[in-house]
Amino acid sequence: MSWTITEELIPALARGAAVLGTGGGGDPYIGALLAGQALQQYGNVEVVTLDEVPDDAVVVTVAMMGAPTVMVEKLPGLDEVVTPVKELSEHYGKPVTHIALAEVGGVNSTIPIAAAAALGLPLIDGDGMGRAFPELQMILPTLYGVEASPLAYADEKGNVGVIRAISNHWVERIARVAAVEMGCSIMISGFHMSGRTAGESLVKDSLSMCLRVGREISNAREQKIDPVEKTVTVLGGRLLFEGKVTDVERATTTGFARGRASIDGAAGTMTLQFQNEHLVAQIDGDTVATTPDLIMVLDHENGEPITTEGLRYGQRVRVIAAPADERWHAPEAIEMVGPRYFGYDLEPHRFDGSVRPGQVIA
Amino acid sequence: MHIGIDVGGTNTDAVLMNGTATLAGVKHSTTPDVTSGIVQAIEELKQQHAFQGGSIDAVMIGTTHFINALVQAKRLAPTAALRLGLPATAALPPLVDWPDHLREAIESRSYLAHGGYEFDGRPISPLDPEEIRRHAADMKTHGIRSVAISSVFSPVNHDLELQAAELVAEVLGEDVAISLSHEIGRIGLLERENATVINAALRELAIEIVDGLTKAVRDQGIEAPIFLSQNDGTLMDEEYVRKYPVATFASGPTNSMRGAAATSGLSNCAVVDVGGTTADIGLLINGFPRETANEVKVAGIRTNFRMPDVLSIGMGGGSIVDIETGEVGPESVGYRLTSEALVFGGSTLTATDIAVAAGKANIGDASKVAHLDAELVDRVLQRISERISEAVDRMRTSPDPIPVVVVGGGSIMIPRDLPLFGEVQRPENFAVANAIGASIAQVGGEVDKVYSVEPGKRDETITGVREEARQKAIAAGAKPQSVSIVDFDEVPIPYLPGNATRIRAKAVGDLEMGPLT
Repeated sequence: MSWTITEELIPALARGAAVLGTGGGGDPYIGALLAGQALQQYGNVEVVTLDEVPDDAVVVTVAMMGAPTVMVEKLPGLDEVVTPVKELSEHYGKPVTHIALAEVGGVNSTIPIAAAAALGLPLIDGDGMGRAFPELQMILPTLYGVEASPLAYADEKGNVGVIRAISNHWVERIARVAAVEMGCSIMISGFHMSGRTAGESLVKDSLSMCLRVGREISNAREQKIDPVEKTVTVLGGRLLFEGKVTDVERATTTGFARGRASIDGAAGTMTLQFQNEHLVAQIDGDTVATTPDLIMVLDHENGEPITTEGLRYGQRVRVIAAPADERWHAPEAIEMVGPRYFGYDLEPHRFDGSVRPGQVIA
Repeated sequence: MHIGIDVGGTNTDAVLMNGTATLAGVKHSTTPDVTSGIVQAIEELKQQHAFQGGSIDAVMIGTTHFINALVQAKRLAPTAALRLGLPATAALPPLVDWPDHLREAIESRSYLAHGGYEFDGRPISPLDPEEIRRHAADMKTHGIRSVAISSVFSPVNHDLELQAAELVAEVLGEDVAISLSHEIGRIGLLERENATVINAALRELAIEIVDGLTKAVRDQGIEAPIFLSQNDGTLMDEEYVRKYPVATFASGPTNSMRGAAATSGLSNCAVVDVGGTTADIGLLINGFPRETANEVKVAGIRTNFRMPDVLSIGMGGGSIVDIETGEVGPESVGYRLTSEALVFGGSTLTATDIAVAAGKANIGDASKVAHLDAELVDRVLQRISERISEAVDRMRTSPDPIPVVVVGGGSIMIPRDLPLFGEVQRPENFAVANAIGASIAQVGGEVDKVYSVEPGKRDETITGVREEARQKAIAAGAKPQSVSIVDFDEVPIPYLPGNATRIRAKAVGDLEMGPLT
């Protein structure tokens, strides 16, 4: 059933997106403000479920690429959000009919809303990850042979480009260099696909899930139920750890916010490794969960999601984990988003701590 | 000996302290002119415990004037926000997330201009002096007297903020007050900019208040240094306040919570500070106020200060009682309590009148409230205790029992027992806990520099920075053994050689005030 995004839904959506963003995806507040401005200016956005998208629909994803720490300073604008989509319509000589989310985390949940509003196009209730990942090719459609190219990108200065590369990984490499050169925060559109392919490859109903998580947190607070527990239940995950942040070390290298956080609690010391998103959670050296499953840090009491750049000494937090879309555990997917890809010599540990390889997708 | 003064919206409290011992404590109505309330408070201290002006080592003042001015949207200067960053950031201009009434209250003008830096210090676009002059001329036309200047990535490079400030001053004259974002906040453009605009809007009031406070103290023959409390409980001198009034914002709750800890002897408790206009509820954990985890909204505006996590409800001793509904507040008679409340011969029914009618306090003329319906009085008191309980319940971190300490002059209206929490603790000197909190305020030292962190040397660098901050606190007058690091922040600046990192550390310690006499 299609539904409508109004300005009133934005705060809940943004909060849910910050949870599913697993620490990355940028400050949800900025994305929410931008989406709110776009809805005010252009009107509400129609959201259609994946089964409602016609087979011959022309679908593209819209996202921000760069370092989240940059976007809280150099705020994004609407021009650079719509430019890449227009560029792709022109490139194909055929207008784009639907906007999809590349990832359901952080600012990349709300920027496509701004794009859909400003372009007057319907938005698909689904995304390419069911979470957030740091690199462009890390999207389920890649596993279905969907090409990121041609990928259009734009900055606030009016620079526009289109990349045609031999693989999605190469698109990432080239676009990342452009992103850094253009100030580490650009808007991109790509993964041009038919409605049929979108139906197969995207994670279904993830925007609704986002809204649900955001709403459940505020409902839980009102009803005096533990919002963190509620989030764990909604996501079908588990509580990993609770404690106080005692150290955060970070460096923005090659366009990513990499770092490590230590959290001290009754159960020992948890170390979180992040690269935009939380990727590895360990307690006293024992791995308890890794990418591709979701690792999330929430405020101990009010359940507010805390992004990796928002992590600070002294915060009392709870760390939770939840299962990713099962397809992420396929061997070819693990090659793309497993811990080893990110430089951690670890087996992929699922949210429950187990090591169980998934089925090949093909 | 030293004097602690807390100037609230309704009451001015003052204490005369010798070390940690309270020699005298008085409470007085805040006067519209600030000064005479302080004069009266100090004179009454002298009556309670005679002293010479020359025997005072320091005067510490906490004031909620500035935050109240913002919350009530009163006495704010016509303010312009100028942001350097075009062509970036145009979709979300300055003041984009401000409540309409505050935008109107500061007669805000919002300007976007070229300038700003990328994350790595490359310019986004060059500053255009003509554009700045044009904006400044428009500010002049609109009667702007205070200007907040922000620039994208000014924490990395603030040159353009300084250049723009010169250009604006050329057009608007040297009298214009200019607040620069890199001096006020940290990374996070909107939050830093918001805090800077708030600061700008308060600059004129700051001069008025500081002049008034200084004169009041000097007129009493006290030549000792005057300090004001900052958000984190540390002290700043009067010159600093003139430029950065926003730094006093959370000093009220910080002082009351630290005062509650000092007077109750509890280090883990909920603190309910009831003043004239609001009741502020916070949690004390190991003797320090629990801080907010994320962004802090002040009067509905998002900022990135580190502040105590305080829930304010519009209910205090001066709150107006609705006879129909029995509800209290949020409207308050404020400092006019002593002329407008029934017990003082006025014509407005306030929460204080209810407390007197219930026999919970002996203030003013009780016969003036004898006519009040006993059922109304009960109903109002019950609503008060329900709302306080709800608020404490919202703030506590677990359903476990937690002691509740009530302080502040308005706390007389809080019943002895609260639903959910049982008997409340009311320490001796509860009425002047804020002033005691102000008097134990500490001094700090801050380091904020860009360091080149060599590989493997992070720990060493950090240790060095922390030590430097410690030494600065000691140089500012802190007792060495009492100094600890209270704030630490590390922002890497990529693509500069040598892993450049902006590191800030703040250390605080107790003010050394000579031997106890």
